[in-house]
Amino acid sequence: MPDSTAPNSSVASVLSPPDSAENRRRRRWRMLKDRMATYGVALGGLSVILAIVLIFFYLLYVVLPLFSAAEVERSAEYALPGDGGPSLLLAMEEQAEIGFRLSTAGRAIFFNLTDGKPINEVTLELPPGAEISSFVAGEPGPARFALGLSDGSALIARHAYKVTYPNDQRLITPVLEYPLGEEPLEIDDDGEALTHIAFQDGEEEATVVAETADGRLLLTLFAKEESFSDDVPELEREQVLLSFAGQQDETAAIVQLLLDKEQRNLYVIRADGSLIHWDVSDKAEPHQMQKLNLVDAGLQVTYVQFLTGDVSLLVGDSSGRVVQWFEVRDERGNKTLTPIREFTEQSFAISGLASEFARKGFIAADTSGQIAIYHSTAQRLLLEQSVSDAAISGLAIAPRANAFLAEDTNGRLSFWRVHNEHPEISWSSLWGKVWYESYEKPVYAWQSSSASDDFEPKLSITPLVYGTIKAAFYAMLLAVPLAIFGAIYTAYFMAPKMRQIVKPSIETMEALPTVILGFLAGLWLAPLLEAHLPGIFSLLIVVPLGVLVFAFAWQQLPARFRHRIPEGWDAALLLPVVLILGAASFGMSETLEATFFSGDMRAWLHDELGVGFDQRNALVVGLAMGFAVIPTIFSITEDAVFSVPKHLSFGSLALGATPWQTLIRVVILTASPGIFSAVMIGMGRAVGETMIVLMATGNTPVMDFSIFEGMRTLSANIAVEMPEAEVDSTHYRVLFLAALVLFSFTFVFNTLAEIVRQRLRVKYSSL
Amino acid sequence: MIKQWFKSGNPWIWLTASAVSVSLILVFGLLLLIAARGLGHFWPATVVEFDYKNADQSTVRLIGEIQDEETVSAQRLRDAGLNIESDAEVTRYLIKTGNRDVDGQDFRWILKPGIEAQRTPKTLMTVERREWGNLYGYLGAVQENQQTVAEGKDAWKALQQRLARTTTLFTQIRQLEKGAIGSINYKLERLRLRERGLELDGNTNPAPQQAIKDERAALNAEYQGLQKQLSDLYTAIKRDQMLVTVSDGQTVTTPLAKVVHAYRPNAMSLLDKLGFYAAKLWEFVSDEPREANTEGGIFPAIFGTVMMVIIMSIMVVPFGVVAAVYLREYARQGPLTRLIRIAVNNLAGVPSIVYGVFGLGFFVYFLGGNLDQLFFPEALPAPTFGTPGLMWASLTLALLTVPVVIVATEEGLSRIPKSVREGSLALGATKAETLWRTVLPMASPAIMTGLILAIARAAGEVAPLMLVGVVKLAPALPLDGNMPFLHLDRKFMHLGFHIYDVGFQSPNVEAARPLVYATALLLVLVIVVLNLAAIAIRNRLREKYHALEQ
Repeated sequence: MPDSTAPNSSVASVLSPPDSAENRRRRRWRMLKDRMATYGVALGGLSVILAIVLIFFYLLYVVLPLFSAAEVERSAEYALPGDGGPSLLLAMEEQAEIGFRLSTAGRAIFFNLTDGKPINEVTLELPPGAEISSFVAGEPGPARFALGLSDGSALIARHAYKVTYPNDQRLITPVLEYPLGEEPLEIDDDGEALTHIAFQDGEEEATVVAETADGRLLLTLFAKEESFSDDVPELEREQVLLSFAGQQDETAAIVQLLLDKEQRNLYVIRADGSLIHWDVSDKAEPHQMQKLNLVDAGLQVTYVQFLTGDVSLLVGDSSGRVVQWFEVRDERGNKTLTPIREFTEQSFAISGLASEFARKGFIAADTSGQIAIYHSTAQRLLLEQSVSDAAISGLAIAPRANAFLAEDTNGRLSFWRVHNEHPEISWSSLWGKVWYESYEKPVYAWQSSSASDDFEPKLSITPLVYGTIKAAFYAMLLAVPLAIFGAIYTAYFMAPKMRQIVKPSIETMEALPTVILGFLAGLWLAPLLEAHLPGIFSLLIVVPLGVLVFAFAWQQLPARFRHRIPEGWDAALLLPVVLILGAASFGMSETLEATFFSGDMRAWLHDELGVGFDQRNALVVGLAMGFAVIPTIFSITEDAVFSVPKHLSFGSLALGATPWQTLIRVVILTASPGIFSAVMIGMGRAVGETMIVLMATGNTPVMDFSIFEGMRTLSANIAVEMPEAEVDSTHYRVLFLAALVLFSFTFVFNTLAEIVRQRLRVKYSSL
Repeated sequence: MIKQWFKSGNPWIWLTASAVSVSLILVFGLLLLIAARGLGHFWPATVVEFDYKNADQSTVRLIGEIQDEETVSAQRLRDAGLNIESDAEVTRYLIKTGNRDVDGQDFRWILKPGIEAQRTPKTLMTVERREWGNLYGYLGAVQENQQTVAEGKDAWKALQQRLARTTTLFTQIRQLEKGAIGSINYKLERLRLRERGLELDGNTNPAPQQAIKDERAALNAEYQGLQKQLSDLYTAIKRDQMLVTVSDGQTVTTPLAKVVHAYRPNAMSLLDKLGFYAAKLWEFVSDEPREANTEGGIFPAIFGTVMMVIIMSIMVVPFGVVAAVYLREYARQGPLTRLIRIAVNNLAGVPSIVYGVFGLGFFVYFLGGNLDQLFFPEALPAPTFGTPGLMWASLTLALLTVPVVIVATEEGLSRIPKSVREGSLALGATKAETLWRTVLPMASPAIMTGLILAIARAAGEVAPLMLVGVVKLAPALPLDGNMPFLHLDRKFMHLGFHIYDVGFQSPNVEAARPLVYATALLLVLVIVVLNLAAIAIRNRLREKYHALEQ
């Protein structure tokens, strides 16, 4: 140690005194660095933790708007533009900038929605002497309407908007067009006034149904023929008399005629609240389908309107109730008009109903000046708002459902902006059974998109949750026994040398990409199982029995021979046994199938048990996903069993218990919370697994617990549909909701497991 | 006696032992299955010529490789509408007959009883093509500009020479297209964006406008030159073609430009086959995919996976370590830290698809959308970062794996004996210095373990990537010679997604299957090796501190 003998002075010459300026500076610098490190680490650490928390809140932030109510704000209010009197028709163009109203005098007025100033006024060209005696609006999209005239003819017109961009500015020019010609169509040969009219115009034909002043109900079909000279097609007229005044049990006056856009169904509504349903799909021979009462005695039907798609009827009555009706097919294939759901939030007579163009929502106005926004599928009231002091007499909804116009009996018009992004979601439509249009009964269904515009989205996530649970259940069925028994043996009986090999090899499998398992399951396992179906089930019996027989035989062998295999290597000994047994049961498969299942188990299942068979079914998923969760459960269970204090089992053995009794009564009991948490964590993993389910099932959202059918899980559904979902649409948010549900599912499972595990740790340390 | 035996509990012990055996068989069986199927693909299979009697008694000649063999009951075949006399089981073979352009299908099942004769002539040739899959047949002649230059015995030699030439030419064309011309296109696009940027800024200064115009003119001139070169190369490569006689006696003309390899597997010695095998294996990992990913290599997928993992590691390690250090060394231990620890632990168990959804919503649409508005307005409405891409994928996976790193690092920190820290502090070091000089170096193996586990998890994860940036075929690698070299906004290919895509979305699953097995094998190997490394490091670490504690 030469340094220790060096004189003190040389040390002093190397080191400057502790309180020298240089050292003080250095010390300050070091302290500063220390403090900066403290803040830096705290900031970094907290921000990482915040980022993690952000996941939950971001998911919530995206999901929440689904459940918010609609909002409306009054944008303007003005007196009716143009001449007075109630409007026959109120409408808006696509951008909700220009409004349209038709007065009883036959004047069409286009006006600016923000201030009510007329932009363009046109008088309909009526034949001399004729007056408007009835009116009906056609489908809202093509914006056509029909006027029944006092001379027995009908005039068809439409309001249209031409959009041009002069000087890069959008300019909307409203025009009035006559799609079937400026000349009124002759309906009644006798020239009686048309008191009620219904009309639809299609690609190839137009249908007008009208009631004449003397009580005849006439159906007139105009077949269109291409005309080359003109935009207006040539029409061929054909007429049928549906009914006439004084006919039996049709005493009450007609109040409304409704014809659907397919021109197949005609609904005649009378003042006594009765409805007659005519099937007019064959125009030459229309026939009466059904007669029923829409309202209870003492109430009147006040307004009837189609829901978009023209499948459902919305019936408003004098008590403020709106009832949705549509045709339901019973077992024998007969269709009957059935009340599906009621909206009873309003308490004054319904005076107007307006359906949204693209969604199954509608607005109902009543005589107290209130409106309510509903959604039919979700059976949800989104908003109630008083818009006027007087009764509402006219209602129009913007094509994009972002505004509405309400006209009251005082001749005032109010224009409202609507924010109503996600009306189709409610607790019942997400989780409950919903009676969708044209369905026989309420069902759980997931069908998020379709080609047609007036499609009713079916966004119940119940089938997806069901599929998730089903997949997890079958996976756990395989994984729990294998993993837990295996872990118990590994931790308690296995020779340490073998354990050193077994444990890491099973744990390494935890990291095996699930895409590989899914690919093998879908392309290799599924066809294999299909071909050897009886084999896989015989495996369940053959392997345990075979192992027992082998164990018994082994026990009977002379000790000299038995002791060649050291204790704790039984599992290695069993490897060839299990392999042979497995091969044997697969080999037997063909014979079993021929003997018991008449050569084809799939057909047998279908014919004898009525069970369908998908090639990619729950069995395949159960096996593949079971395999994926075995390592998770195995690893945690093994740790729990292995860390049971040794003196407990020694004590038990010393008291004369057999190893098995010790295991069951002492070790497992002590480790049971750990095993529980292992199962929970395994469950969490099975619930969230995506790729295996995506690849190994057919991904059809069915609600069937059969092991031979597929399923669609929440996670697979997200993977399939997320890339196609439009940002911020309802579909997009519902998929986020699915993610949130998954997140909460696994979070609950894992937290439970973690708490149990921490308790266990405390318990062990006290033992 | 049996009752006694059951009472002893031994049977149950044997049953639990069998559970271990079953698990082990599953694990190793799976690995063997993948290895066997994946590695077999590259071996040059014997090409067999069959005389085969069809169901309608007509005899045809078939040429192909035997891919699969199975026995089926005669009943099942009869159900399928085949006319089988025997009652016993029938062996059938799956033959890869190739020649999709000639026959319209490249696989068919044949029944063993129908085979009248089978031969393996040495002159049978397998041709791997860039389009239409394999071609099997006999080489007839080699032609240059439609003129036969070699026939019969000489043809094979001539083919080999000429094939070497076209392969060189093909490489040149590829280099030119991907390299120089690709670079020019990239620069032109940048110019366009710069111009649009100026326009958006309302900059009417003629100087920069003129500079752009000049640059564009220069690039266009360069492009013309390269285009000329390219068309010369194309003329050159189209020079040669060969005539091949296929199974039904037709002669098929195949341009050599469309040929990747031509070989005679039946004439190859074992050594030749081994050499061929090695070459194919190399081609698999280094080449680009062909024919909608069902042939060729998987290099872009390997590259994409590696790039993503590297970028993810760069992000995940500092943040994970800082969070762990904060939790273990700085935060006051109490209920709050315990809660955070539980939350972090739980997050490791949250389904990966949830991270994908979050990544898509938050990173891609929210962050990316805003970044585009701020920094890349000239490219709008085409998104730059507002679309799934490499950066968002890496970031999402970093979030996914950060709990793994935190947990592993914390474990490492907790294993460092208190005495070490106290010793350092007693010598006058500040807390930060202790951390930096003593604690972190000692914890570095644990950090490594965390990183390796994170990489293993990230490399195998597919579900979230499907939402945030992976595509089936990326036009360009995320790293190239154009400024800024690393293109974080590009979409990329990924091994795991490649397996999903080729295995389930490809039009010709049968042909692609061996390739999927090979890809799966590669992925499994990478992940198993990474995990074993993590385990080894963990064990060494434990031993090290064991020694310290004594």
